[in-house]
This record gives sequence, structure tokens and C-alpha cells, in this order.
Amino acid sequence: MGIMLVFVLVLASFLGFELISKVPSQLHTPLMSGSNAISGITVVGAILSLTGTFVADGEVARIILGTLAVFFATINVVGGYMVTDRMLSMFTTSKKEAKHD
Amino acid sequence: MINENIVNIIYIVSAILFIYGLKMLGNAAKARKGNMISAIGMFIAIMAALVSNNVLQWQWIAIGIIAGSIVGALASRMVAMTAMPEMVALFNGFGGAASLLVGWAEYQRYVSEGQVMQVTVTSLLIIIITVLIGGITFTGSLIAWAKLAGKIPSKPIQYTGQQIVNVGLLLLLVAGSIAFAPLREMEIIGSYQLLIFIVVISCILGITFVIPIGGGDMPVVISLLNSFSGMAACAAGFVITNNVLIVAGALVGSSGIILTTIMCKAMNRKLTNVLFSGFGSGTTAAKGEGFQGEAKPVSVEDAYLMLEAANNVLIVPGYGMAVAQAQHAVQELAAQLEANGCEVNFAIHPVAGRMPGHMNVLLAEANVPYEQLREMDDVNPTIEMVDIAIVIGANDVVNPAARTDEGSPIYGMPVINVDMARTVIVMKRSLNPGFAGIDNPLFFNDNTRMLFGDAKKTTQGLVAEFKA
Repeated sequence: MGIMLVFVLVLASFLGFELISKVPSQLHTPLMSGSNAISGITVVGAILSLTGTFVADGEVARIILGTLAVFFATINVVGGYMVTDRMLSMFTTSKKEAKHD
Repeated sequence: MINENIVNIIYIVSAILFIYGLKMLGNAAKARKGNMISAIGMFIAIMAALVSNNVLQWQWIAIGIIAGSIVGALASRMVAMTAMPEMVALFNGFGGAASLLVGWAEYQRYVSEGQVMQVTVTSLLIIIITVLIGGITFTGSLIAWAKLAGKIPSKPIQYTGQQIVNVGLLLLLVAGSIAFAPLREMEIIGSYQLLIFIVVISCILGITFVIPIGGGDMPVVISLLNSFSGMAACAAGFVITNNVLIVAGALVGSSGIILTTIMCKAMNRKLTNVLFSGFGSGTTAAKGEGFQGEAKPVSVEDAYLMLEAANNVLIVPGYGMAVAQAQHAVQELAAQLEANGCEVNFAIHPVAGRMPGHMNVLLAEANVPYEQLREMDDVNPTIEMVDIAIVIGANDVVNPAARTDEGSPIYGMPVINVDMARTVIVMKRSLNPGFAGIDNPLFFNDNTRMLFGDAKKTTQGLVAEFKA
């Protein structure tokens, strides 16, 4: 199981290296913000940390840690996607005119 | 609870959506759609997680998601476009904090189930890596945010013994990690205290990592921290053995490194220089000399007369325009100039503002036509033909010292050569050096006129003169 995860990690990393190239500079900020939203995927980990069997001992600590993790990760996800969309929406109107030249 | 295979297939679908989304984000025409696609990927990954297991804490998950959504949505709606870079830094920090907490919560699970001694050393080390990267991302991003928002001085903060402190922190971290995982049977200190110790050290490392870096380099730092937050999510994926976290985290981690490199190239700086030498801090010798000549201030009326006679005007915006919220006034000025029969272009330096693309976003918001926004390499070859270059709140990106003065800390950085235009009008609040703290000989050139004051007010003044 462990080695399969490493395999996944290596392939995904190389894909990430190849995915981004020759990005026009005006898209750097939206790209950073958009990929930042993806790193909010840790929200899935946060949700899963609140699953499974809970024993009475130490349950409060796990709930506090997990809920905080869900909270922070959701800010990252929701805020990240919305802010990226807001930035990109400002390019949309002018983009059609740009096609002419 | 549904079948594990189905959940994994959903995770694969969401990973594919992330890949497509990221790919499209790099293309101007498809970027918005790409962001939407990646958001859908995120949504179905969250849904899959919610149904994947025996969720016993619905109410807490709901509270976390609802509260986080409200905060995130409000923050992204209410933030001014000018404050966008620090917002991204802040969101990024929260992502790092979340990964740290996931690692910690997993450890808490082992503790509450009384299994700490059965857990493998590898698992414990992965928890440490998650906590470490998450902690550095968290506090590092907070410092980057504070520097950009002006909560702390943006200048590089350096102190004697900085390297010793950093090495000391790293040694403490290594010692703590060894005691935490491989040597845990020794039980010199309780392992829970050790975990807290590692959390604290990681958070301090984030601070000492970013605090010596000057505000001018923050875009690169934020991009790097963005990459870190991906790696933190990836490490968290190993902690809970979850594929979608590993894939998405690794994608962000590696594409973030590439983006950081692209940004460094635009500034003609090496990443190692950015990280390990405070911008402008090693050049105190050059500072005292000052420059030949003196600045020649002009009034708004005089500047108007100059502009009225011009046939070709190039506007070079910088962060000062963003701070003064002058983008709408600048657009109006451009419209007035055009109505006067003058050709108007905007020259956008790749790193003008606090982030690449910052100026494009602001000017697009103010309805400046896309084709008027020109890149540095387009305008530089023909800059001698420009009658008047108006520099609005830009400084380092038009500093001719980058071309001429080998002693300048920005020597070699490509700049917009406004000093080669026939006349330059610089709108600026004072003669103080800019964000990076580097002197600018442009202000003292013979063909430079300084128009002091708030960029928005002076621009509005010029517009009023045109209308009068």
C-alpha cells in the first residue's frame, strides 16, 4: 500500500511540472490563487479525521482539532475559488475584443 | 457508508478535473472555466469523503464547513482588488494550518485509541513532515500577509546570529523528531509534549524563514508557500492514506515550484537569492552617496500643458496606483488623452504591483481595453518614440539603475526604460525610495518631472484640467 502511494506521488508531481509552462504574466496571480484553492483538498483529510470510531477518552481533543481543520480548509477552498473567479471575471469582457488583433 | 471502490473512482474523477482545471488556468481564454472545473472536482471529492465512512460527527463537520464557507465567501467578496495578494497569502496560510491540524488529529486518534506504541516509525515521521510543512506554510503565509498589508515593516528584517538561530531551530526539530518517532520507547519526555514541541518549532521556522525577505519579493515567497501548502496536503494524504490528497497536493506542490521559477525569471532573480539574501540590505555603501542633480517638481497645471501637447503617451502603473485606488481616474485620464487625439498605451511590467498580473486585474476592472495593455518587451524597443511616459506609483520596475549601476541590488532586472522617453512625469507621494528600499536615479534625470501628491487626486486634477 505504502509504495503505491509513493508511486502516485511521483507521477502526480511530474504531471504538475509538465502542466504549467509559458503562462502569460497576467495569469500568474489567478493561477497561484486557483492552485491555492486546490491545495484546500486537505478538507477531505479534515473530514475523514472526524470519522471512524470515537472512544470517550480524548474525543474532545479530536473533535476540536478536526473541526478547526475543516473550518480552516473550507476557508481556503471557498475563498480561494471565489477570489480566483472574481479576478478572472474581470478579464472576460475585454478578452473578446482582444481576439481582433 | 458506500463501497470503497466507488469512493475511489469518484476521487479519480476529481483528480482528473483538477488536472484539466489547472491546465486551463494557464490559458487566458479558458482560465475562468478551468477554475470552475477544478471547483467541481473539489465539490465531488468532498461529497465522496462525506459518504465514504461512518461519519459520527456530522454536526461538527457541518459547523466547520458552514462557518468556513461564510468566512471564505465574505472575505473573497469584500476584499478590494488592490488587497488581492495578501488575501491569497492568508487563504494559503489557512490551508497550511488545516494540514497541520489533520496530522495532529491523526496522532490524537492513535493516542485516544491507545495505539501509539503499535504505530510504525514511518507513520510517525510522516505526521512530523505534515506538521512541519503545514506549520511553516501557516506562519510563513501570515508573515507574508502582514508584510503586504503593512502590519509589519516590509523591509527585510535581519539580525545578527540569524543563521545560528535557524540552524539551532533545525537541530531542535531533528532532535525532537528522533525522540518522537525512532526513540519513542525511551520515554524521556512524553511523546505528546514532543508533538506540541514540534508544532511550535515548525511555526517559529515559518516566521524566521519569511521575516528576512523584503516585501518586494513577497510574490515569489507566496508562490513558494503555495507550493508548500500543496506538499502539506500531500503529506496529510500519506498520514491518512488517501489518494486524492496525494494527487492534488503533489500537483499544486510541483506546479507551484514551476510558477515560482517563472516569476523569478521575470524578475531576473535566482530563487536562492530571494530566499537567502535580504533584498537591498547588502548595499548600504551605495546609499550614502546620493545622486547628482535634483528633482524637478511640476504642478498639475504644467503637467496638463505638457500632456495636452503630447501625441504619444505611455502610462506605467505600479503598486502606488493600487494603493491610491487610482485605476478609475487613470482610465478617465487615458480616455481624455485619446479624445485629444493622443495615442495612449499602458506598459505593464511583469512584476508591477505586489503580484504578477496585479495591474492587469486592476486596469481590467476599470474597463481599460485589453489591447492598450502592453507587455514590457513590446514597449521597450519603441520607447524613444514616446512623448511622455507617465509613471504612476511605480518605482523599481522603471529604475534605470537596473541597467546601468552594477552596484544596485536590482542590477540586471529587466525594467521599462521610461528614462529613454522624451519626457517622464513621475507621480509619487514623496522622494522616498519604494517598497524594496532602493534609490531611483530616474527621479533626478534632466527629462524627468516629479508630480508630487496622491496619485488619485493628481490624476483627477489632470482630468479636470482636460474637461475645463
